[in-house]
Amino acid sequence: MSEVEETLKRIQTHKGVIGTIVANAEGIPIRTTLDNSTTVQYAGLLHQLTMKARSTVRDIDPQNDLTFLRIRSKKHEIMVAPEKEYLLIVIQNPSE
Amino acid sequence: MFTDETLEAVGAESSWRKTQQFEYDSRGCQTLPLEMAESGVQARHRSDCGTQTDPGVHPADSPSLVNEDVSDLPGLQEFLQRVEDTVVRELAKNARSHAFDGFQVNWEERDQTVSCVHRLQYREAQERGLHVTCLSWNCTGSVIACSFGRVDDGDWSTEKAFVCTWNLQRRGLDPGRPDVVIDASAAVMSLAFHPTRPSLIAGGLYSGEVVVWDSSRSQDPLLAQTGMSEDTHRDPVYQVRWLPVGRRAEQVVLSAGTGGRVLLWNLGEDGRLKLSDGYALLCQQVPHSGTLSKARSSGCVGVTSLTLSPWDPDVFLVGSEGGLVLKCSFSAPTPAAMATTATSEGEGVTLRAPARFSFTPRCGPVHTLHCSPFHRNLFLSGGTDGLAHLHSLLQPDPLLSLRVCDAYIFSLRWSPTSSACAGPHTSGTVLIFDLGRRSLRQVATIDQTTGGRPAYCLEFNPQQTDLLATGNADGSVSIWHLSTELTEQGSREVAQLEQLANELAE
Repeated sequence: MSEVEETLKRIQTHKGVIGTIVANAEGIPIRTTLDNSTTVQYAGLLHQLTMKARSTVRDIDPQNDLTFLRIRSKKHEIMVAPEKEYLLIVIQNPSE
Repeated sequence: MFTDETLEAVGAESSWRKTQQFEYDSRGCQTLPLEMAESGVQARHRSDCGTQTDPGVHPADSPSLVNEDVSDLPGLQEFLQRVEDTVVRELAKNARSHAFDGFQVNWEERDQTVSCVHRLQYREAQERGLHVTCLSWNCTGSVIACSFGRVDDGDWSTEKAFVCTWNLQRRGLDPGRPDVVIDASAAVMSLAFHPTRPSLIAGGLYSGEVVVWDSSRSQDPLLAQTGMSEDTHRDPVYQVRWLPVGRRAEQVVLSAGTGGRVLLWNLGEDGRLKLSDGYALLCQQVPHSGTLSKARSSGCVGVTSLTLSPWDPDVFLVGSEGGLVLKCSFSAPTPAAMATTATSEGEGVTLRAPARFSFTPRCGPVHTLHCSPFHRNLFLSGGTDGLAHLHSLLQPDPLLSLRVCDAYIFSLRWSPTSSACAGPHTSGTVLIFDLGRRSLRQVATIDQTTGGRPAYCLEFNPQQTDLLATGNADGSVSIWHLSTELTEQGSREVAQLEQLANELAE
């Protein structure tokens, strides 16, 4: 097993984690633990949102940048760790 | 003067032979021999060919789309290593955090008030002093139908009555003028819209007839009726319902009345309702619960209320004039202890005895029954003693009694969204109880300005669940818009109902 797989597996075993998705800079998923239609939807939408959030942060202060994005919803907490090349999305059910 | 004369002999040569000697001449004629040839032909090679498509493979379903070996993607491993710590830290923090416990966002403006949206009236019915006997919303939730009749009058009468419908979505809705007015030959005691076809209405008349109307046909809305045949009801029909039957779930009309019969009708092509199945409730065939030790009387159990279980298609509950509440089964095999009725075509339909279980009887007619949409064992019953009983299907005694009023209860309904239930009472006030809170006091009271006259029926809109319709004794129908508090399901309401059903059943 590659180191990438191992890292993802470690994240996946955390309490309440429903799914982990790695997407590339265009929002195209390259690695997932969810089913494919859900993955495509999550990756596409969260990529857009992350880009929007990043531009918001930079518009407010050009010296600043987005480092991490957390979305709290009624059912889940979605975490996005963005970077130039990739996007790591983790969906967690915190009340589990 | 006389001398001998010798006459010369005259000979006549015989000619019979000669005349018969015709000249014969023989001729022969023959056709050429027919030439015949036989030949056969047969194809000796057959070929069979079959084709079938496989279920299409959606590109998004193919697992190979994403999960390729990704270890060779440049920078991915470094990226994951960099973010792993942060993500793991946040995940752990989240799992421990109680920051959002009990937090609820209010995105929508909460409606605090209960308001009367419409007050629908039909002048002719009001002038004649008819009551609203039954209400039904159609399957889209946009049309309300009400039936007119008399609740306080036990006499047989040939007085005409009406069924009126209003489309609440329609622009230019005139509350004083119904969209459709259907004339009925007798007081209409019950009404039910078809569960999927929005224009079909089944109605039960005081005369015992069951009728199906199509409100989209403006000329002659009458689609089918039972007519006055042998096998129909001979007493007022107090309940009609549509019931899916069989594997194809065809909708048949179920009707029940004080004659003690529950009959199922097929919608025929020829404008007649054809009896397809029937049940008869007879006193001697009613299972008696332990607490009841009265002498068994003979006769019929007059059905005044009926409810179908949304959980079990085989189960229906029946409330009677005498205060009995019975759990019945559509698949009951026992024939009823009475003569077979014959349909008009001569096919006999054996009436069966459906009663399976008897709950503690009430003192007085059971006017209303309703199964809970949230818990398979819970149902409500209400009658003349002013108490609303919450029952479990599993035990004869009620779980909970709510005092709704000091007089009669005509209708009780579960809210389709929350564990609340509502019941109107004789002064026309509608009370709403929240059973999830275990409170025996109402959470809301809707005061109607009906001049102290009762409301006879009550129906939640199945689609727009914040709409509640009440039908009143003064011949008007009120449409109420309920506040968010009353229609929203709390997070633990279903669990609370579950607890209520289990705990008290012990």
